[in-house]
Amino acid sequence: MKTILEVDRSYFFIKGNLDKENISVIYDESLKHLKQVIRSVVTLDLSGVKSIDSSGVAFIEDFVSQAESRSLTVELTGISEKIEKALEIFSLKEEKKKSRVSETKEFFIEKIGISIYHGWNNVVEFFLLLGDTFIYSLQGIIDKKGMRKGEFLNQSMLIGMNALPIIALISFLIGFILALQSSAQLRQFGASIYVADLIAISMTREMGPIMTAIVLAGRSGSAFTSEIANMVVTEETDALSSMGLNPIKYVVVPKVHAITITAPMLTILSMIIGIAGSFVVGITYLGIAIEPFFQEVVNALIFKDIITGLVKSFVFAWIVVTVGAYYGFTVKGGSEGVGRSTTASVVTSIFLVVLADSILGLIFYFGQGVEM
Amino acid sequence: MSVVSVQHLKSGYNDKEVLKQISLEAEKEHITAILGASGCGKTTLLKNIIGLLPPWSGSIKIFGKETTIMEEPQFNQLRHNIGVLFQNGALLNSLTTAENVAIPLEQHTDLQPQLISRLVTMKLALVGLKEAADYLPSELSGGMRKRVALARAIALDPNLLFCDEPSAGLDPLISANLDRLICSLRDRLGMTVIMISHSVPSVERVSDKIIFLEEGQVVFVGSVKEAKSSGLQNVEIFFKEGKGTE
Repeated sequence: MKTILEVDRSYFFIKGNLDKENISVIYDESLKHLKQVIRSVVTLDLSGVKSIDSSGVAFIEDFVSQAESRSLTVELTGISEKIEKALEIFSLKEEKKKSRVSETKEFFIEKIGISIYHGWNNVVEFFLLLGDTFIYSLQGIIDKKGMRKGEFLNQSMLIGMNALPIIALISFLIGFILALQSSAQLRQFGASIYVADLIAISMTREMGPIMTAIVLAGRSGSAFTSEIANMVVTEETDALSSMGLNPIKYVVVPKVHAITITAPMLTILSMIIGIAGSFVVGITYLGIAIEPFFQEVVNALIFKDIITGLVKSFVFAWIVVTVGAYYGFTVKGGSEGVGRSTTASVVTSIFLVVLADSILGLIFYFGQGVEM
Repeated sequence: MSVVSVQHLKSGYNDKEVLKQISLEAEKEHITAILGASGCGKTTLLKNIIGLLPPWSGSIKIFGKETTIMEEPQFNQLRHNIGVLFQNGALLNSLTTAENVAIPLEQHTDLQPQLISRLVTMKLALVGLKEAADYLPSELSGGMRKRVALARAIALDPNLLFCDEPSAGLDPLISANLDRLICSLRDRLGMTVIMISHSVPSVERVSDKIIFLEEGQVVFVGSVKEAKSSGLQNVEIFFKEGKGTE
């Protein structure tokens, strides 16, 4: 039966079925008329209602609530036994009284405060995890108890060996492109040979460590997060704890050990292959002989450059593994939460790697004098 | 009057026959419990009735309509009047409690968002979880998850509710509370409930009628009292041994 709303100034009469199939037809209309009411009392006559369900009760309560927000009083009339029963079952009026405190609204300033509070808590949690990871990693070098057997080698293969081809390819292309771009400028001054210096220094100090870290964040960091997050969601970490195993030691520490060893190795490889990329440009495009090119590279590089790159690679590797673990352990929700955490982990890792690179760059620059 | 009527139902997986010529009826506003040992075909029967598994042969009538020959859109329309409480709740983990309950309302009605929000609060209040609206399923206990799943199952005020092992994995107290809740919903909303269970205490608490399955066949139909003195060895043992175990 079709539902009809008849309105005469402050008198609202509903005829038909007040159920989920019909309410949307009269809902907007009822609100429109309610806005035009000028008297303080509104009458909602339900004597024409044939049947009602929970949606009908929701409609009545919403109508009353909308009226009250306009300082109007609603008089319900024509309530049949059926309607009374439905109101008794579904009505939230009593519930509202009980939970009035929880319905307080947050103001703008409060929202900012809450965000800062949550942000600060996240930072504290991150550093607590970092601290735990650091301590357990040191412990784990001597005492292997509580760590998964064979996981160090497995992770070394996953993080190191499997990432080797992609890092090599990216580094070669970076070296190649940098050499090509810089040679266009240097040639104008007859200084093409300095391409070797430029690429050697930039690959060792900056591009090698940072490109390796970005690949690690995308490949390994995301894998860490999704693995740990899945374990959290499926309560595997709780199961580990219940067996007296520390999830950080069991899951994270082998990854930390593996990445601490493999990241510097990958970085050195990236440096060498990047220089090889520029070598191809130097020999083929710029016409520099092999021996002078290498002589220039050797002369340009000092030991500090390589150390700088290696220190960075350690720091970046720790960022990737800690951020990955942090987002894994703090996952919220199910499978969708795992996806969200993984994305956040990669984005945060890359941002923190670039931030750390800037800070380390400043430290090395001012710490070593301007020539650095 | 029968709300669900199954006649000569045969069903199974691949070429393995699970249900052999099953016939049963579930009366209006009654709680009918389908019992039997693990592997007897209870869940297969439920899947057949709610249309998740097509039967091999036989007839299934819900509200007097033959569902075995029904087109999917028609069956979906019928499903608006059917609620299903799955064994593990089957809540979507990425959605909050309130969002889970809102799914059927958003998908199957054109109610305004304000009304949907109000209805969600009503249904959560009915299962005593109004305060847990913003929680994710992973933040709820097993019993709470089941109650949220029940709130979702009754979101559209169905006339027929299926419960698959409502007591599974719950402690006796929570299980008893859930049973009381199902009974109260039946009484207050006038629902017909078909419950699959192998928990004897739960069945004793709520059921008006029991249907006992054994190796894909109905071996007993009647009340709990009648079952206990039915003279059928396995039925009597089931009630004797199952007493006190949830």
